[in-house]
Amino acid sequence: MNVIHTEGLTKTYTSGTNEVHALRGIDLTIGKGELVAIMGTSGSGKSTLMNLLGCLDSPTRGAYELDGVRVESLGKNELAAIRNQKLGFVFQGFNLLPRTTAMENVELPLLYDRSGRKRDTKALAIAALERVGLGQRIDHQPSELSGGQQQRVAIARALVTSPALVLADEPTGNLDTRTTIEVMSLFQELNEEGVTIVLVTHEPEVAVYAKRIVEVRDGRIVRDEPVKNRRRAADDLEDIAA
Amino acid sequence: MKTMVLIRLATQSIRKNKMRAALTMLGIIIGVAAVIVMVAVGYGARSRIRAQINNLGTNMIVITPGAAQSAGVSQGAQAFPNLTVEDVEKIREEAQVVTNVTPVIVTRTQVIGETGNWRTLINGVDVDYETIRDWKTSSGEWFAAEHVEAHRKVALLGKTVAEQLFPGVDPVGQEIQIRNVPFDVIGVLEAKGQTASGSDSDDVVVIPYTTARSALSGRSFIPQILASTANEGDIPAAQAEITTLLREARQQEDFTVRNQNDLAQAAEGSTKVMTMLLAAIASISLLVGGIGIMNIMLVSVTERTREIGIRLAIGARGSDVLTQFLVESIVMGVLGGFMGLLLGVVGAKVLGHFTGWETVISPLIMLIAVAFSGAVGVFFGYYPARKAAALHPIQALRYE
Repeated sequence: MNVIHTEGLTKTYTSGTNEVHALRGIDLTIGKGELVAIMGTSGSGKSTLMNLLGCLDSPTRGAYELDGVRVESLGKNELAAIRNQKLGFVFQGFNLLPRTTAMENVELPLLYDRSGRKRDTKALAIAALERVGLGQRIDHQPSELSGGQQQRVAIARALVTSPALVLADEPTGNLDTRTTIEVMSLFQELNEEGVTIVLVTHEPEVAVYAKRIVEVRDGRIVRDEPVKNRRRAADDLEDIAA
Repeated sequence: MKTMVLIRLATQSIRKNKMRAALTMLGIIIGVAAVIVMVAVGYGARSRIRAQINNLGTNMIVITPGAAQSAGVSQGAQAFPNLTVEDVEKIREEAQVVTNVTPVIVTRTQVIGETGNWRTLINGVDVDYETIRDWKTSSGEWFAAEHVEAHRKVALLGKTVAEQLFPGVDPVGQEIQIRNVPFDVIGVLEAKGQTASGSDSDDVVVIPYTTARSALSGRSFIPQILASTANEGDIPAAQAEITTLLREARQQEDFTVRNQNDLAQAAEGSTKVMTMLLAAIASISLLVGGIGIMNIMLVSVTERTREIGIRLAIGARGSDVLTQFLVESIVMGVLGGFMGLLLGVVGAKVLGHFTGWETVISPLIMLIAVAFSGAVGVFFGYYPARKAAALHPIQALRYE
């Protein structure tokens, strides 16, 4: 079963008489359990694609099916519910709430869940933090955590709702090499446990940890292929340690 | 989203910005406290005046001459002090609901006692005066009807006069001279304190009105008649009755009949205006406090744009953000209201303690003040909350 299936996804921004074609027809299918890197330079349209895939914005034209739900014509509140239940976001700038403990940050998406299916929000939040290896840091505030730890809190927040898809936008952009590899190792681990992950990056050295690379240029997909010499981040970590 | 969760989120965010929240609430706190204190002072003044009016007597009706019109020209009240003993007798004999009636002949003159002299008010009255003014003696006895009939030269002293003329001695059995006429002191009246207009009710000598007419002034007219009824409910009927009787006797309406409530209302009128004025001024500070909330919430929306973006991205609806900000400002308003209430109550007590003013804290005003501060929270929180809810998640997330 496909997690993402788009047909002719198009996004055009109009400012005055100017028309900017950010996306010119994207056909993309991502199956369950994939780990895909979307690559592209700045201005290629990869951020727009990310926003559309993340249901943060609606396409001008085209069809988008996320985990079996047609989302291209949904209203604001329905999109909010989709984001809440089917998606987990990891951002470049971590985007944690300041002066708020790791646990409260991770718990947040569950508080916005209207379906009422998640009862014990605290236990779920703690479980998610333990899953990313931060079981000892649940009462720490973001300012008391390192960059890598903050990003792990963000990943825990993305995982806590058991989403169909984790969307990571330049998740390693603010991290040093070692922490980058650590975070990628965590992503690979989660992917092996069955989590579908799409990460947007412009760094080839990050993309090599994915299973498949999709390259976007001028609003079109110009390359879509499996990663040939895929690396295991855990091995690289050992190499650095050695 | 559940209300409890919303309140939790709102209080969470207030806790996380304690200083800012405290400063914001300060406006409301001061506003509410000011309203409470001001109204307490105003109500205190009113209740004091009411107590003083009630101190005048029980179910009392005051008849004064005046409001006369002679050939269409109003002479104003008391232009001619022309009530008569016949008027008093007519009321005494013919009125059904009036239980007590007395003339009051007022003279201001020098009184000479054993150790000194004192200028005071001489009230010439009938025996009913005791009941009407509810004024007992603290020593000695009131004069009786026989004393009045026989024009006896007996006197009751107010507490102030007794202290002035007979310091440290019980004046009962002693002699005083009023305009060189000797009077036997037969009693001392209980202390009544200040009148509504601030003069001393105890600075008085009470003698039979018959004696006052024959021995002091020789006047046949009476400047004031006091009457009373057995029950408060009878007062309007008694007033009507007196009016009818006097109109019949005098052939014209050249007198005024008022009851204690009329007096109280006249006296309270000015304090009512003062209370409202004070409350209005204090309300302005509450309004300014509300604008403070709006200001902070607007700053807060800008400052927390990213936070709003995060919340929207992870699935908050616009309405969730709206409610969160609204609840935040309501919580601040109500919390500030309660703190202001506390401060106001304490402030009113402290003020009362140091100035000696009577302060009355009305539960209704407390309720209104807190409800109003909550409403201020809603009113001034809505616009910023709307602004926050209308943000687009992508723009909000990108906001630096």
